[in-house]
Amino acid sequence: MSATVGPVAINTFREAVRDRVLYNLVLFALLMIGAAILVGEISIGIERLVIINLGLTAISIFGLVMAIFIGVGLVYKEIEKRTLYSLLAKPIRRWQFLVGKYAGLLLTLTVNTAFMTLGLAAALFYVGRHFERSDTSILVAIYFILLEFALVTALALFFSCFSSPMLSTLYTLGIYMTGVFANDIRTIGDFTRNPALLAVTRAVYYLVPNFHNFNAIAAAAHGSAIPFSLVWQNTLYAALYVALLLIAASAVFSGRNLK
Amino acid sequence: MNHPSQTRALWAAVAGVPLLFAAIAVLQMKINAGTRAYTAENDELMLRSGSAVRQMSLGYDSLVADIYWTRAVQYYGSRLGTDGAEFGLLWPLLDIATTLDSKLIIAYRFGAIFLSEPPPVGAGRPDLAVELLKRGIAENPDNYYLSGDLGFLYYWRLKDYPKASEAYLEGSKIPNAPAWLKMMAARIAEQHGSLETSRMIWSQIYETSQEKTVRDQAMKTLRVLRAQEDEAQLDEVAQKYKNRFGHFPASASELRDAGLLRGTPVDPAGYPYIFGADGKSSLDPRSSIVIPHELNPPPEESK
Amino acid sequence: MSSPAIELLGLTKDFPVGFWRKRMRRSLDNLSFQVEEGEVFGFLGPNGAGKTTTMKLLMGLIFPTSGTARVRGRSIDDVEMHREIGYLPEQPYFYDYLTARELLDYYARFSNYSAAERRKRVENFLERVGLAAAGDVQLRKFSKGMLQRAGIAQAILHDPPVVILDEPMSGLDPVGRREVRDIILDLKKQGRTIFFSTHILSDAEMLCDRVAVLAGGKLQGVGAPGAIVTIQAVAMEILFEVREGRALPAGLAEHATRIGGRCRVEVPEEGLYAALEQLQGCEARILSVSPAHPTLEEYFFHLIGGPEASRGLEEISR
Repeated sequence: MSATVGPVAINTFREAVRDRVLYNLVLFALLMIGAAILVGEISIGIERLVIINLGLTAISIFGLVMAIFIGVGLVYKEIEKRTLYSLLAKPIRRWQFLVGKYAGLLLTLTVNTAFMTLGLAAALFYVGRHFERSDTSILVAIYFILLEFALVTALALFFSCFSSPMLSTLYTLGIYMTGVFANDIRTIGDFTRNPALLAVTRAVYYLVPNFHNFNAIAAAAHGSAIPFSLVWQNTLYAALYVALLLIAASAVFSGRNLK
Repeated sequence: MNHPSQTRALWAAVAGVPLLFAAIAVLQMKINAGTRAYTAENDELMLRSGSAVRQMSLGYDSLVADIYWTRAVQYYGSRLGTDGAEFGLLWPLLDIATTLDSKLIIAYRFGAIFLSEPPPVGAGRPDLAVELLKRGIAENPDNYYLSGDLGFLYYWRLKDYPKASEAYLEGSKIPNAPAWLKMMAARIAEQHGSLETSRMIWSQIYETSQEKTVRDQAMKTLRVLRAQEDEAQLDEVAQKYKNRFGHFPASASELRDAGLLRGTPVDPAGYPYIFGADGKSSLDPRSSIVIPHELNPPPEESK
Repeated sequence: MSSPAIELLGLTKDFPVGFWRKRMRRSLDNLSFQVEEGEVFGFLGPNGAGKTTTMKLLMGLIFPTSGTARVRGRSIDDVEMHREIGYLPEQPYFYDYLTARELLDYYARFSNYSAAERRKRVENFLERVGLAAAGDVQLRKFSKGMLQRAGIAQAILHDPPVVILDEPMSGLDPVGRREVRDIILDLKKQGRTIFFSTHILSDAEMLCDRVAVLAGGKLQGVGAPGAIVTIQAVAMEILFEVREGRALPAGLAEHATRIGGRCRVEVPEEGLYAALEQLQGCEARILSVSPAHPTLEEYFFHLIGGPEASRGLEEISR
């Protein structure tokens, strides 16, 4: 199986690199440098706090934008550009192609994030001249952000199988936003007396991925420990959702007549 | 070698683009001048509700909290010392910052001082400061500094000595709390307000705060307290002088000549104290230290 | 009798059309024919006839409404069957950020070659299609002809017994077309089956052992190229010379084409002798008389004239 998924993944990664997607790292580096230099002027006593908040937020936003904008084109572009024709003529199953594209984008995001983590570490060191033991929670927070990427990429890939990039972006963003506010939506439903609304909000709460679970930026900034139970629970949550989405995507894509 | 049509377009750009930018800049200045009149009064803080801002943060609460905290510091810093300064927005800004990041200790501590101090130093709202601190203590039960700040607030601004003592006592129960909390609780319970207690509390604040404005305020207050202590001492010595010589001294040097003082005491700004006809010492008018109206007379020394 | 290399069994494909996608347009209707092992088989038809649709059905890019097909005995549902097929899509697009070498290497990874063997094959086939010099150029810089050649390379890289090419000559200049023709003949010599579609009829006439003709989604005929067209011969062609200054006989003048002194006219078979007499009457010199079988091209225009205009032909076995 890896004989077919592997090459597709590597090729997807290669495409991202040659598309100069990794240039966003330059922007991130500039941001971190600027922040490290300026933060001393603006906020005394909370330099580390601000750098960690800014760095993790930037890693999250940059990566999400990449996950969505590349993700929604993963399948669509190959169909539009007809590059898929010669590929599917090889002994590769359609679901293997999907998993390969997914893995390739996830690899791109992971490499990107790894470089950003180094940049963040450099900025932290510049500002504080030391690392603390509690900084491991920063790594956990970054891991959670990667789990978020895995989920959002799977969402984007799913929509890419049957809808245009613009619509796919809207759907993916919409679900992401809903997921971020999942807890609030549920609370609204709980307050209301209307049973229909309660049912709807409950359904939404359980159907849409709850992205709030993955937000550990505040904890990392304050150096609070993140419980290990949350780590494996989030990992399992993400894995289940990704599996769900990839299976659904395969189902949709396997029956699709290519233009 | 450029095409003729491309050369024309390039020239048009070289000439036109800077001109247009200049025109836009001039126009912007006109707009600013026109709107300056009414933006001067209205500060822009569109969202005053912490939960509303949290919705807008799209999950990135922590960073937005830092932004609001930075705004609060700059808001305060830019107004301090200006004529007729008031700090109406300080509470919403601190409120939002701490709603988004309930562990932003530095914001609670800042608010303890500058929300409660009366204008022109602060917003003059000790009630809001108490609310902020109580929220901070609830969200950060391990932080004894906040309990100390609450105790300070009750003691210094609200003169509610029982509540002050209680706050310090609650703080002393937190694991790893330093001894001075317990000591402060006992002192206040015993002696209520005294210059010495005030000095100790403000010294604590100076030493434990990392925020420059807070430390400056602490230093200023400590100097005032020192001046008050000096004055109280000098008044006592002046009374002794009267008892011996039958009239009040005209200056501190007379006290020194009489052997009641070792030298001529100066205030923390370096100016010698002067004596009034009633024998009460006071600061030289030229001194930079000014005892604020509400601190004169000093807190009651009753038991 | 060995099993055919490609077997189409009643392939039918409907496409939904219209705004609500309710109406169906039948683009392939009950298509059935066979391609034998080792033959070069041409798939002919005007644009829009359904040739590409057929090939996409064979490759599993689209799915039949009804009917099925087999390649070397294996159903088109079986993805493993693709190991035995090399496919060149119509107007191929490849990942334009890859170089030719990288492209071939990528596709080669789907077959089980060792790294060394893969490298060897890639070089080999780059050479074979004449792209060895451009191996490290990104495909986005390739001309159409070069892309076509890269496409053929990736189709035959894994030595498949069956090669399916959709319009392999399109976009090529005469030199390029000659090269592709040579490759096809070379493949045939190696004993492979080549199934290719084209609307360039002279190529088909030159290369193919047999052809199938598709128009309007329906199979119009299958057989050797010569066999298909000789049946259509219903006219006689006369080549003659007219002396300078002499006019042509009235009835013939309308239908004759004239270049300098030479003339050509087609007459129906039954009117042949009358025409000859007329010509002798004006002292024309007869150069030749032969059956005027249409070129495939004329046959085509005939076909497009309408389904009622075509005569369905039975298969002529070789």
